[in-house]
Amino acid sequence: MTDEARIAELEKQFDDYVEADNKAEPKDWMPEKYRKTLIRQISQHAHSEIIGMQPEGNWLTRAPSLKRKAILLAKVQDEAGHGLYLYSAAETLGRSRDQLEDDLHQGKAKYSSIFNYPTLTWADVGAIGWLVDSAAILNQIPLCRCSYGPYARAMIRICKEESFHQRQGYEIMLVLNRGTDAQKQMAQDALNRWWWPSVQMFGPPDEASPNSSHTMKWRIKRFSNDELRQRFIDQAVPQADVLGLKIPDPDLKWNDDRQAYDFGAPDWDEFFAVVKGKGPMNKARLDHKVRVWDDGGWAREAAMAHAEKESARRASQKSAA
Amino acid sequence: MKDSDKKQGKSVVNDDVLTYCLRLGDNAMVTSQRLSEWVRNSPTIELDIAFANIALDHVGQARMLYSYAGELEGKGRDEDSMAFLRDEREFGNVLLAELPNGDFAKSVLRLFFYSAWVLPLYEGLNQSNDERLAAIAGKAVLEVRYQLKHSAEWVVRLGDGTEESHKRISDALIELWQFVGELFEADEVENRLADAGIGVDPTSLKGAWDNTINDVFARANLTRPDDDWHLTGGRSGQHTEHMGYLLAEMQVLQRTYPGCEW
Amino acid sequence: MTAKEWPLYEVFIRSGQGLAHRHVGSLHAADATMALENARDVYTRRNEGLSIWVVPSKDVTASAPEEKGEMFTPADDKIYRHPTFYNLPDDVKGL
Repeated sequence: MTDEARIAELEKQFDDYVEADNKAEPKDWMPEKYRKTLIRQISQHAHSEIIGMQPEGNWLTRAPSLKRKAILLAKVQDEAGHGLYLYSAAETLGRSRDQLEDDLHQGKAKYSSIFNYPTLTWADVGAIGWLVDSAAILNQIPLCRCSYGPYARAMIRICKEESFHQRQGYEIMLVLNRGTDAQKQMAQDALNRWWWPSVQMFGPPDEASPNSSHTMKWRIKRFSNDELRQRFIDQAVPQADVLGLKIPDPDLKWNDDRQAYDFGAPDWDEFFAVVKGKGPMNKARLDHKVRVWDDGGWAREAAMAHAEKESARRASQKSAA
Repeated sequence: MKDSDKKQGKSVVNDDVLTYCLRLGDNAMVTSQRLSEWVRNSPTIELDIAFANIALDHVGQARMLYSYAGELEGKGRDEDSMAFLRDEREFGNVLLAELPNGDFAKSVLRLFFYSAWVLPLYEGLNQSNDERLAAIAGKAVLEVRYQLKHSAEWVVRLGDGTEESHKRISDALIELWQFVGELFEADEVENRLADAGIGVDPTSLKGAWDNTINDVFARANLTRPDDDWHLTGGRSGQHTEHMGYLLAEMQVLQRTYPGCEW
Repeated sequence: MTAKEWPLYEVFIRSGQGLAHRHVGSLHAADATMALENARDVYTRRNEGLSIWVVPSKDVTASAPEEKGEMFTPADDKIYRHPTFYNLPDDVKGL
């Protein structure tokens, strides 16, 4: 058998194996494309968690009560933790953490485009928790059954921990809407600005989504972008009603036949412009990340230098004894 | 002793404990504020998490101390009124806590100096005749013990690491040293509370602090400056120019939208 | 990129007394002490742990997936190692 034929056979075996809902583990043989797809998706997911610390971190020192400050600290901290779980999963595929971060710094890796919008008021912290985290969870729950073991395990942990993120965001909105007119306005304004970017978090419409069929077959993805988007809208509309907020979509209407909401088309031109780097905060987010990494270089080197000196000292003590 | 004297004696003690709680709360609050600034700005993501953890511990301490202060005062002020609606001159934290973060070396060394001081302080307070203070201190002791260990390890790594890290932490040492003396000053309030077995005499903390610093500095190749001149003013509300900005940022929402729930 | 990446450690956590340590993931640290503290911060934010082990990943010797066959199938047919292999009357107790 030629090498090519052998690889084709292995790939076929692998495809059947994962399609039957079996798990692949780190050192198992896997098609190169499966590995690359996973590295791309997991690291993109990790980068989103890390870049996502910035918009909310923007309010850490200005949280309006000590309770909110504690909650926000815990939430931003979780995002850092989730980024690390995911980097750890991605590393099992053979790309190191430094390489993964470097891909981000070089602009070669993406992160969720939603974080390229600014957090202008305190209500944005509420809107992010409510909408962005709800959308994220809808994307993430199916990933708990993803075919790649380490990714699935990381997602199980993340989903469990993130359930409070959504709730705290919704609670912020709830309290604002029970408050003064200025607070209500703040909440409505935040919803107006975060609604469409949240709807776009599920990615382009199915007919324009090129990577989907492979990732479905490999059990990395289980639902299409449009299916998840519909689920998001169907759950957000009654939630907005309870808040007394108006979703900024004039075409939003219950469809009795479909037993689902019809909704307007997001501005996909804007979406692709932001993905390509033209959003209000793309440059600021990446510059921030790169600056922090560069500024911290001397400290990381110092820790390594100290560790090496220590082990040299221990070795020489041993040989002297 | 006449009844009215007793009553007056009691209210002096009450006022003293109130002042004391606010000072301790302010130290925790301002420390947490500075640590929060590191979250998303540290040399590693792991350190972002560590700073957030320590900041959270301090928010927790501030909340307990402010709530207790509010109850002692009896005017209906809660933890948030204490944090967000007092003015700069009413804050009684030490100057060391409010200084800008500077680089990682300066922040680590400041956290180390502060922890080496506040650990024996809380250990002492854990024995306080005031049960509430003793309980708050008892919880804080565990948190502060961890942060002392964590910051001491980083002081050693930076002091012993590379030429650059050694220079950075040595520069930080010179800058921060003049704020250390204030930690061990006592005023009338603290003297009275120490006599009553409620508070801890700050001068008594110096021995433990010196031991910790000497031990860690020996491992970090750092030398204590021999200049003991120091700046002071925090306890009486005379702060550095940095404090106004710290509070302006922290208090902005409560000041802009008075009387709101959040 | 820094000149040298911090080494990778595997993290194992005992989540309750009476339970074994379980692998939860990995992290990078300059030394073992830092690895322990990072593990505490990253993997036990919700009281998940009572004890942590960290092991440099390079020191873990793992069986190769290609040898799964010779390593593990030989045990498959030794069904007499399992209690269900033995047919005993239902009314016999204590076995």
